[in-house]
Amino acid sequence: MNEARLGTAFVSLLRRDLMLAYRHRAQMLNPLLFFVIVVSLFPLGLDPEPELLHTIAPGVIWVAALLAAMLSLDSMFRSDFDDGSLEQLLLTPHPLPLLVLAKVVAHWLTSGLPLLVLAPVLGVLLNLGSESLFPLLATLALGTPILSLIGSIGVALTVGLRGGGVLLSLLILPLYIPVLIFAANAVGNAGAGLDITGQLAFLGSLLALASALAPLATAAALRISLN
Amino acid sequence: MSIIPNWLYRLSSPKNFYRFAGTASNWCGWIALFLFVIGLYYGLINSPPDYQQGDTTRIMYVHVPAAWMSMFVYMVMAISAAVGMIWRIKASTAFANASAPIGAMFTALALATGMLWGKPMWGTYWVWDARLTSELILLFLYLGYMALQSAIDDRETAARATAILALVGMVNIPIIHYSVEWWNTLHQGATVTKLDKPSIHISMLIPLLIMAVAFKFYYLSNVFRRARCEMLEREQDKLWVRELLGENGSE
Repeated sequence: MNEARLGTAFVSLLRRDLMLAYRHRAQMLNPLLFFVIVVSLFPLGLDPEPELLHTIAPGVIWVAALLAAMLSLDSMFRSDFDDGSLEQLLLTPHPLPLLVLAKVVAHWLTSGLPLLVLAPVLGVLLNLGSESLFPLLATLALGTPILSLIGSIGVALTVGLRGGGVLLSLLILPLYIPVLIFAANAVGNAGAGLDITGQLAFLGSLLALASALAPLATAAALRISLN
Repeated sequence: MSIIPNWLYRLSSPKNFYRFAGTASNWCGWIALFLFVIGLYYGLINSPPDYQQGDTTRIMYVHVPAAWMSMFVYMVMAISAAVGMIWRIKASTAFANASAPIGAMFTALALATGMLWGKPMWGTYWVWDARLTSELILLFLYLGYMALQSAIDDRETAARATAILALVGMVNIPIIHYSVEWWNTLHQGATVTKLDKPSIHISMLIPLLIMAVAFKFYYLSNVFRRARCEMLEREQDKLWVRELLGENGSE
């Protein structure tokens, strides 16, 4: 098999998934709405004092991003599993980890990238200063692909199960903790005027590690789930 | 098959494993009991109280071995699950599945004793100390493993799926551990909550090590017993199980 055909398989699967997401726009929007609503609940439940909001903003935005990612993950393989096209993907001669990577990229483009657009607005709502804006975007840009990558392993393991959604969060959320720690810390430190290159470097290396290993684990998990 | 020695290969057959596990479980159980008696005697009665912490330090003889075991069991579980998945060795898979609840129990024990120790020492049951936090996350990982295992009806599929999860968890444990440690030092700086034990006195170290070995044997005894039950359930339609039950029934 030559390079060109691998590339074609990757691109055509990516295009197909993006097309499907575009056709089901409302489904794609729901996790984003969830993200906005969860973030806006915190000032209501706590004190809407600007100082407090400024302190909790990085953590709140990032926890909401984790939960929104969890919600959107289920759609990564679900419809393909239901209509049988996932089995066809497994039967193609192309390496499965590559196809998985295409699906993960499509998932990130439709769920992670929109968070990047929404986050600055939420930052303003939570009184996150302008000096934290770039760090917030940088951590989201580095962190949300990791969420999609690690999440894909969990979805692949639970795709055929009843009540897979709740189980998925039990499996995946503990694995998200390092991302949450580094990202929320980077944003918080930027607000205090501290250097954040260390945290960004950690996130970058986590992203490199996850993109190298997660597709392999997801491919193995898919083969097990579909037996 | 060249990687696996012949005796191990023979042992991995369900029937032989069942016999071996029964004997091993009994032996390990007695050794554990023996060591527990010695270790607890030296730990609780025949060792000096700490010059600062007094008698509360004696909770260490349960807390520290439990914490060691919680990490150790996860590692054993992940490796034996992987071996079971790669070479399709049922005994290895049964061993991994049997390890999960015991490991979760050790983790819960380490957390509970840690909290009880924390109350007199730190004045509170819970602080977001790096070690306590990573133990808590480890408990979540164990619970996730057990949840996935019970969610999949087919045993073979469940074994392979949980093996993948255990391996992913093993890659993640060091990352989680160090990120939590890093997070903690960043948030709180060097506080008194760090349990620095640079030089533990020999009269405390010996009972501690005895207890650690006792915990290991207790784990082995338990895991073999559980793995044996799991093996019987898995193989309930096989001839050797029916023969076994028939023999016992006729006696």
